[in-house]
Amino acid sequence: MQDMSDIKVSFARVAAPLPEAAARRAPAPQAAALPVKAELRNVNFYYGDFQALKDINLTLRDRRVTAFIGPSGCGKSTLLRILNRIYELYPGHVATGEVIVDGDNILAPGFDLNVLRAKIGMVFQKPTPFPMSIYDNIAFGIRLYERLAKSELDGRVESALHQAALWDEVKDKLRQSGLSLSGGQQQRLCIARAIAVQPEVLLLDEPASALDPLSTQRIEELIAELKADYCIAIVTHNMQQAARSSDYTAFMYLGELIEFDETERIFTHPKERRTEDYITGRFG
Amino acid sequence: MRALAISPSVVARRRLSSLVWVALCGGCAAGVAVILLLIMGYIVHEGISALSLSFLTRLPRPTGITGGGVANGIVGSLIVIAIAAIMAFPVGIFVGIYLAVYSHLRLAQSLSFVADVLAGVPSIAIGIYAYTVLVQPFRHFSALSASFAFAVLMVPLVIRATEGAIALVPRELREAATALGAPEFRVTFKILLVSARSGIITGLILSLARVTGETAPLLFTAFGSQFWEFDPTQPMAELPLQIFTYAISPYNDWHAQAWGGALILVLAVLLLSVLARLSTLLGTDANARSAGG
Repeated sequence: MQDMSDIKVSFARVAAPLPEAAARRAPAPQAAALPVKAELRNVNFYYGDFQALKDINLTLRDRRVTAFIGPSGCGKSTLLRILNRIYELYPGHVATGEVIVDGDNILAPGFDLNVLRAKIGMVFQKPTPFPMSIYDNIAFGIRLYERLAKSELDGRVESALHQAALWDEVKDKLRQSGLSLSGGQQQRLCIARAIAVQPEVLLLDEPASALDPLSTQRIEELIAELKADYCIAIVTHNMQQAARSSDYTAFMYLGELIEFDETERIFTHPKERRTEDYITGRFG
Repeated sequence: MRALAISPSVVARRRLSSLVWVALCGGCAAGVAVILLLIMGYIVHEGISALSLSFLTRLPRPTGITGGGVANGIVGSLIVIAIAAIMAFPVGIFVGIYLAVYSHLRLAQSLSFVADVLAGVPSIAIGIYAYTVLVQPFRHFSALSASFAFAVLMVPLVIRATEGAIALVPRELREAATALGAPEFRVTFKILLVSARSGIITGLILSLARVTGETAPLLFTAFGSQFWEFDPTQPMAELPLQIFTYAISPYNDWHAQAWGGALILVLAVLLLSVLARLSTLLGTDANARSAGG
């Protein structure tokens, strides 16, 4: 098991740059005590005839980061897209099974999508600023749910931008187009927009893969801060990112959940041969 | 450095074939440009002498009497096109949105095909149609029937432009707005339509340019007039019609006026094309900014 000792060393190395994040990673017993925010039970997903997810069972804990890793096409993004039912935009995309969030099955036909999407925010791989001002980008979501006085709305916009660590860079140009920002800023704008509606769960679909290393670092720092308040699920192709920023890691392959455990254990003592092969870079 | 394993004869052959193709493409492009410039140049050459303030501001006069103009035709064309735009733009934009958002439905696919066919119907056939539904029943020609015919010509262009522009909006933008919990109509009107606006505006302007020079449908709808007419329910003068009348007349002074009218028409279409180009450029600029880091 020469490889595994290497991994242990490299895990210690990648986890090291963010000591505060490592400190925030709770020890196992305490983590187990945190409430379950979402639970997938026997979830299958189909793109027409193609089955993209096979009988997935796992839990997302509140105020913890769960990372989904695996080679392209393994279904990790698909899994994320089930949690806010965004897949329903496309005909032929069907999910079966149950996803229990706070006691309710969100896949039930009558479940109110507005309630669901207010509770579960999402950030995409490509930054998606809306074609409007920075201010309106944030206010867009708030206005969907609440009628606020101008001063109150201003406060909410400011606090969302503060939370996303963007306020200082944009406070003097709130009326400028969101498209005028850099890629990294645009992505933080999207995170601010998602948290402005005060969700409880954040879905991050490769949020940093289109960004430069510096912007990536800022996003990771942001994730470390946000997990104090949110249940976060992140899809990433970057193994170090999963190791650095998550508490739990799910390894998926060909639509199946191969292994799901605390991040540290996945990266140091994986139970499955395929998990070990993937994180050591032997395939994927 | 390792030498490239390509023999000199292969390189020579590639250079030669590249040269041939570049010359062929360049030659065709130049040919098209030259034809356009020749037409423009000839119209300017023939028409510029007819252009004057009185030509632009006066009513037509009988042959032999100098100082006649096409003012009523210019105004008539503007009125007919404006009414056509009011009829065609909303219908075309809404159908285009429908086709783009519900592109997976069979109804949308058939509608899309219908729009393509409609775009290919000869304008004179559409003129006859307008004559049948809006001229015959009322027993007199009207500018309104001409506007209707123009609107029928414009709708498929507007549909196609809107559909295409919305289809170019990144899928993620629609998903992001939906993921925030925005209802479909808000996603469509606040996000998709706004993102696609420069493409749509370009399409609208091009549809205006398309009908500006249309003459055939006017023959049996607006019919033309020698006088000022502002009531769209009455026959109205149209610039292309005046050009047609003057051009087929046997009088030299009217021929000159036909060239003058043609020049105005060409300049109007040129202006519209430039505006459409500007709108596209501004839109591309915004897209580039959103894509760039």
